Amino acid sequence: MAFYVVQFLTGLASAASLFLVASGLSIIFGVTRIVNFAHGAFYMLGAYVAFTLTERFSSAFGFWGGIVVAALAVAAIGVLVEMVLLRRIYHSPELFQLLATFGLTLMVEDLVVLIWGPDDLVGRRAPGFKGAIDFFGQNIPSYDLFLIVLGPVVLGVLWLLFQRTRWGVLVRAATQDRDMVAALGVNQKWLFTSVFALGVFLAALGGALQIPRDAVNHAMDLRVIVEVFVVVVIGGLGSIIGAFVAAVLVSELNAFGILIFPKISIILVFLVMAVVLIVRPWGLFGKPEAPARRTPGLTVNPWRPLTTNERLAAIAVLVVAAALPFVAGNYLLTVGSEIAIFVIFAVSLHFLMSVGGLASFGHAAYFGLGAYGVALLAKMAGLPMIACLLLGPLLGLLGAAVFGFFAVQLSGVYFAMLTLAFAQIVWSIAFQWVSVTGGDNGILGVWPSSWAASPSHFYWLSLGIAALAVVILRIIVFSPFGFALRATRDSPLRSEAVGINGKRIQWTAFVIAGTVAGLAGALFAYLKGSVFPDNMGISLSVDALVMVLLGGVETVSGAVVGAIVYKALNIWLVSQTDLSKLVLGGFVVLIVVAFPKGIVGTLEAFMHRRRKSSSSASSPLLTSRIESAE
Amino acid sequence: MKLTVNDLNSFYGPAHILFDIALEVGEGEVVALLGRNGAGKSTTFRSIVGLVENRSGRVMFEGSDVSDLPTHAIVRGGLGYVPEERRIFTDLTVEENLEVGRQPKRAGAPQWDREKLFKLFPNLGEMRGRPGGRMSGGEQQMLTIARTLMGNPSLVLLDEPSEGLSPKIVEQMVDAILAMKKEGVSIVVSEQNLHFARLISDRAYIIERGRICFGGTMAELDARPDIRDAHLSL
Repeated sequence: MAFYVVQFLTGLASAASLFLVASGLSIIFGVTRIVNFAHGAFYMLGAYVAFTLTERFSSAFGFWGGIVVAALAVAAIGVLVEMVLLRRIYHSPELFQLLATFGLTLMVEDLVVLIWGPDDLVGRRAPGFKGAIDFFGQNIPSYDLFLIVLGPVVLGVLWLLFQRTRWGVLVRAATQDRDMVAALGVNQKWLFTSVFALGVFLAALGGALQIPRDAVNHAMDLRVIVEVFVVVVIGGLGSIIGAFVAAVLVSELNAFGILIFPKISIILVFLVMAVVLIVRPWGLFGKPEAPARRTPGLTVNPWRPLTTNERLAAIAVLVVAAALPFVAGNYLLTVGSEIAIFVIFAVSLHFLMSVGGLASFGHAAYFGLGAYGVALLAKMAGLPMIACLLLGPLLGLLGAAVFGFFAVQLSGVYFAMLTLAFAQIVWSIAFQWVSVTGGDNGILGVWPSSWAASPSHFYWLSLGIAALAVVILRIIVFSPFGFALRATRDSPLRSEAVGINGKRIQWTAFVIAGTVAGLAGALFAYLKGSVFPDNMGISLSVDALVMVLLGGVETVSGAVVGAIVYKALNIWLVSQTDLSKLVLGGFVVLIVVAFPKGIVGTLEAFMHRRRKSSSSASSPLLTSRIESAE
Repeated sequence: MKLTVNDLNSFYGPAHILFDIALEVGEGEVVALLGRNGAGKSTTFRSIVGLVENRSGRVMFEGSDVSDLPTHAIVRGGLGYVPEERRIFTDLTVEENLEVGRQPKRAGAPQWDREKLFKLFPNLGEMRGRPGGRMSGGEQQMLTIARTLMGNPSLVLLDEPSEGLSPKIVEQMVDAILAMKKEGVSIVVSEQNLHFARLISDRAYIIERGRICFGGTMAELDARPDIRDAHLSL
């Protein structure tokens, strides 16, 4: 019995940090409507800065002062980020906000390695809380008791701040109606900045307080952000009480899940989240929000199928690409195969996020599931390559069907958070279920059959499948199903009013996208001869997002161009620098701020302007930016 | 002049909404902006306080050009705005709603505080702790006006204050507006209801399809039933 009580208290202690980070995310979202994907990065920075400060100033005062100063310093960095970056994108579409803050996360990950090195750092114990308390023969660290008390104290302080101060009243008012607050003479800019500073302060404090419990490392940002997303989805984004209750719930589920499913404890959390989503999609303490009107896009270029000439040009390009084996060596052909595979992956995400309006931040999960599907079939069942290629992607289909069912219950930022969380869950299963997946060692020796083994044959196979996937997805875009999907994307209410079952359409699109991604993963397994958990990792999901973004998120063919350009650049870049995340993250931020239309989108706008100047018949309305019509 | 608007043009995306709007409001005057649904009354107000991004023209308030200022700066200068849809903060109590609108005292403008407003709107005084979401439409309308007055404005843009209110509440609204005028607040009130406008206004403009098509005293308007019938639905 005493053991369970101790386990319960450990859970409560873990909840404190989680609550700090989650409440910060909720507060920021409430006012700015931005889900700050960089929140985990601020948490991690808080831990690193606190580590340095507490090592440097070793007195008790130095320790506690160091923790607070670390949180304040990181909050100051947050203010800088808000003023330099976020202020430029408050009016951008949601997707760009998520991507920009995500790019920031990538940059911070490389920066901390650059400053503090790649190794885990073990911090000092907290002065005054070094010992443990004996509880019927079980030990409870006294620092845990401190954290257990701290959680409710912070909750109380936040409550007073929001209920009893003018600033709090303004923030609550702005959470509901930003424009009205401005129309009453309040300077929103500083309100936003101060809110962001408070949110970042809480995240950094959460990180700083972890140093006596856990080693500081450069992967802690993603670990915490996934848990935080789960917390705010369960508790309701924007609710501080919800963040507290859900943080306790998730931490307790983790603490006891380890006893029930020692290998894959995260399953329990997932199950609870699934139940909450079905019963209360807006979270336990959240409020159902009116279906948000879609943020107007950057351009209104109506999509159209390719003209005959454009089709001929595409075929010509394909023929040229198919001639590559006659001039290129094996290395280039392998690169070519990889690019073809990523074209498949990128168009599958494009289908989901551009056509379906569902920006998935965990699309790699289905890529990886396809890869593992192939590897398991080939190694365990010993099936031939053709059978594996046909059946392997079905694992991606299955995963997409299960996760997609829950994910399409939500939209916008919730959808993005949930897909990211699902992908992390799949990743941790692959990582932890060593007896089946081989864990970190992966599954090796997945080689193609002899007919596809040579680089040129494998290249032709990849290229053919890529061309087929692009054509099929394009046909779907311009089919009745595609129209229904786009109608649901543009106006869920109106499309429902004309009899479209939006959720089912979106779910189908999710499954299609997941299956195609699984196909790409299946080919990838054969290309590399092995599969690893990283084949479903977050950076791969981000890669796919960047490909679509780079090509042009609002175009039909952007994903193809984006995948080719990005993958070629990426392969070159990785050979040039160790700081690929820093460069990649900076690249993402740059695209979002300076180049949001992407390559194809910019080209289209350019062509359109030329056509307009040559013939005045074309409508001038199509390329102009649309503002909110309110 | 308290407020002078010249050549105001506004756009929502590619759509041109307002065409060369010109208005004048004298010190302590109540001016009605009359027009049908969709004529451009609300857009005119939103453009004056800078809530429409895409606009051009000149807005002079108390002798200085405010056309390029952000909304909050215009409002802090003493130009209050009461939106049409009663955008009260439903999660906040009556007193908290008032707190959001509170601004420092301003020389040369009538001063308001909670107690004074509760005298003007006695209903509000009886429900200080009630969340805005649990008030009737009329009470919410009073609260939006009271909230704007907390900023001690010298001029208030009142967007359709009588819309959807019962005749009894409309009567209270007339009294409240006249009381504001007596305190020295200049008022521009947009209305579809000519009867209501006549009870409170010194002068009137008529707006139709984004253009001002009449400006004059109420007596001048009454002398032109043709204009009245052409542009206002009665």
